Amino acid sequence: MILVFLETEPDGLTETSREALTLARGLAGESGGAPVDAVLVGAPSCPADTAVEQAAAYGVRDLHHATGEAFDAYGGAVWATAVEAVCRDTGAGVVVAAGTPRGMEVLAHVAARGGVAMAANVVAAEGSGPLTVTRQVMNGAVLEDMVLDEDPAILTVAGHAVEARPAAEPGAGRLVPCRPEVPGADLVARVVSAEPPPPDLSGDLTSARVVVGGGRGVGSADGFADLLELTDLVGGALGVSRVVTGNGWRPHHEQVGQTGSRISPDLYLACGISGAIQHWAGCASARTIVAINTDPEAPMVTRAHYAVIGDLHEVVPAVIEEIRRRRDAP
Amino acid sequence: MTDVLVCIKRVADATGEVVLTEDAQAVDGRHAGFTVSAHEECAVELAVRAAHATTGTATVVTVGSDDAVDQLRAALSVGCTAATHVHADPTTYGPRDVAAELAEVVRAHTAAGRPHDLVLLGNDAADSGDFQVGIRLAHELGWPVVNGAVTVEVEDDDVVARVHASSGHETYRVPLPAVVTVLEGGVEPRYPSVPGRMRARKVEVEDRKPVTDFGGASRVRLRLPPPQPSEVQVLGDGPGAAPALVDLLEQLGVLR
Ligand SMILES: Cc1cc2nc3c(=O)[nH]c(=O)nc-3n(C[C@H](O)[C@H](O)[C@H](O)COP(=O)(O)OP(=O)(O)OC[C@H]3O[C@@H](n4cnc5c(N)ncnc54)[C@H](O)[C@@H]3O)c2cc1C
Repeated sequence: MILVFLETEPDGLTETSREALTLARGLAGESGGAPVDAVLVGAPSCPADTAVEQAAAYGVRDLHHATGEAFDAYGGAVWATAVEAVCRDTGAGVVVAAGTPRGMEVLAHVAARGGVAMAANVVAAEGSGPLTVTRQVMNGAVLEDMVLDEDPAILTVAGHAVEARPAAEPGAGRLVPCRPEVPGADLVARVVSAEPPPPDLSGDLTSARVVVGGGRGVGSADGFADLLELTDLVGGALGVSRVVTGNGWRPHHEQVGQTGSRISPDLYLACGISGAIQHWAGCASARTIVAINTDPEAPMVTRAHYAVIGDLHEVVPAVIEEIRRRRDAP
Repeated sequence: MTDVLVCIKRVADATGEVVLTEDAQAVDGRHAGFTVSAHEECAVELAVRAAHATTGTATVVTVGSDDAVDQLRAALSVGCTAATHVHADPTTYGPRDVAAELAEVVRAHTAAGRPHDLVLLGNDAADSGDFQVGIRLAHELGWPVVNGAVTVEVEDDDVVARVHASSGHETYRVPLPAVVTVLEGGVEPRYPSVPGRMRARKVEVEDRKPVTDFGGASRVRLRLPPPQPSEVQVLGDGPGAAPALVDLLEQLGVLR
């Protein structure tokens, strides 16, 4: 049996959780059609029946929902207790999660407790006992082939390494409530307070449909005025390179990349960004990338889908003007 | 008084081209040079600040090759006052091995009358990206762990750690002793001063041999992904390309 740890958002399962389910289903097929179960911990951000319905569409048999006061506030150790309990009760041989901060943290606790290996950021997996996995290391600049021959095999799936696809045959999708016991020690490290993100144009960077990116080419803190105007016009979020945060032009929470946010918008408009591997690690999952750059040889340009070669301080105002002109046109 | 242990790893600098060693077990950093990950630079900074704020100490530790002493000296030059070097060939160990060795260092220092209240690590190493050493170390020690903190402050007998989550900022308050893994973004690591560098050279580094048998990392091989051919479509040069770009935005359905 393969168990998938799920994360939710108000509309249902996160895209990366659906990707993890898709990978799990592929593995289940390889081991002769093993069932895929899933686990949800605490109060999901969507209604539980929405989560069950969507999980069933991705082939899930039982959705184990761990509830109880202990799981209300997030804590890596306590959430792992729930995943571990379901894993034990169901005899799961493989545990999968999305390679998000939470997915990584919860499964690392499960792996540490079981004394078994964990493969983070897997892009492909095959076989059954032992599993052979390929995962991203060095921000995707290098791939590592690894054998997972311990029980359970634990892995997280790199964002957008797998395309989320519903199952040809939906699963039974039964909601199985459970209340795992929690040792007091697991309750020590839990979120005690949470504040919403600052009200600016970067608040929803990781879930934005459009991200306008600015790099060293912007030149100064003041140089961002046009990019902010464009971001607002397209209803997007602003993302920046590390040079920009390092120079203090914009705050760090806007940084895209290895040590910033990983984004997966429909469109990433990268202005004056060279596309160094550490930046690319954060934006490679964008569906369409458009680069505006003076250098036609910059890696961001050669890897983009579309490019405009030129000075962003000339191109961006022209784009803003063109959008306004079309909007105002009768 | 908080005695902090901060754990760092020597990694190949991957800002340029990545070359693998002949046996495909590691990244060859001989030409590119070596560094520590940005998360660990911030962990060192937070360790030094926590130590100063509480008139405690910050000790830096690495499990790594003989050359990793360079990274230990770099941390000493920005304010750590002691260093421990567990000599080991990084190609033979995995995250479980590193966590076990780090736990041994904590236990050995405790036995020697130098216990640590707080252990800081990077959230994940820039090379292996395993995302688990800190959590495994906490399990070895039986301590609580907070992951992905951008700031860390010691208040009375607790550590208060702030984490940037997709939903905003989350705060954890955990009693010491504790483990915290750090992400870049909350502090600016300081540069070494000339006196800092001089002082770092004089510090005697504690050398240790590994005490556990390395089990390895279940690694079969490393390989470079196939190069992606460029398929870029140039929409034009300069501001004249604006209409073509706006056409594309309309086509993608991203204009409101
Ligand atoms: C451990 C580590 C972690 C890192 N993490 C990250 C990370 O998370 N995110 C990140 O972004 N980087 C990260 N980096 C840094 C990364 O290696 C690069 O240094 C950085 O991404 C470069 O930023 P940039 O593209 O803005 O600047 P540059 O590389 O300097 O590129 C500027 C680009 O702008 C173009 N340009 C200049 N002027 C104009 C103009 N007027 N109009 C149009 N184009 C113009 C140039 O042709 C060039 O391509 C990390 C580095 C390390 C070592």
